[in-house]
Amino acid sequence: MATKRLGFIVRSLPYKTEASRLAMTHAIASQTVEIYLEDGDMVEPVVCFIGDGVLNCLKSQQAMKHYGITSLEQHVKNGLLLDLKIMICKEDIEKLGIKEDSLIMDAEDIGGETKAQIVPYSEIQKEMDSVDHLLFC
Amino acid sequence: MGKLTIGCFASLVGSVSLDFAVKLSDAAVKKGHKVDLWVSGNATMLSKKGQKAFKDYSHLAKTLTELFATGNFQATACEACAEARGYHKDDTMEGWKRHSMDWYLASCFSADRVLHIGGD
Repeated sequence: MATKRLGFIVRSLPYKTEASRLAMTHAIASQTVEIYLEDGDMVEPVVCFIGDGVLNCLKSQQAMKHYGITSLEQHVKNGLLLDLKIMICKEDIEKLGIKEDSLIMDAEDIGGETKAQIVPYSEIQKEMDSVDHLLFC
Repeated sequence: MGKLTIGCFASLVGSVSLDFAVKLSDAAVKKGHKVDLWVSGNATMLSKKGQKAFKDYSHLAKTLTELFATGNFQATACEACAEARGYHKDDTMEGWKRHSMDWYLASCFSADRVLHIGGD
């Protein structure tokens, strides 16, 4: 019985490439991974948004209106609904002039109980040190 | 000997990320390691059968066929990403698997090292 922790470090802008969306969908796929694993084994993803990647966490995204696709906002909420650990870099949101109330911090409207965390980069660095595998997106 | 899991999101033509991923897989297998290669997003094009070699572009299908023959190399394409791009199981090169993203996470579980390459 073992748990492997996978750290998805999202640096990519939303909608410019598929990378940030793929990071979220891969992390969310951890909910079904046990079909390939032995009993008791599991993977636990952690998603950290750093650099330009913090823009994936903005509220009120209009992806459906402009592109006809689900938004990264919905993916972040789905992640929180599934109790994924989601961390957002404090220094990077400050650099971009983003306030906490502009960010998706919870998924209460769809029944989620887990909250996103705004943390200094040093905390994200600790997370990166602690995971078994790092996946930069 | 170890197991290397490589995930790649980049397109077949337009960057050299897939070339790097396949060449790295080849080098690792030649050293006796096992490699799982996962492609999603635009990188699923790597699993398309009937690729034609042009001198202007790199041609990875031949290397992949040789890698499959070693028995130490698995390659899997994201089924949803492939279907979204309009190619289906019948269009997939021999040797490739098609699964959902949880296959990749399971491969990461048992890997000694994971590399995530490309995101364009």
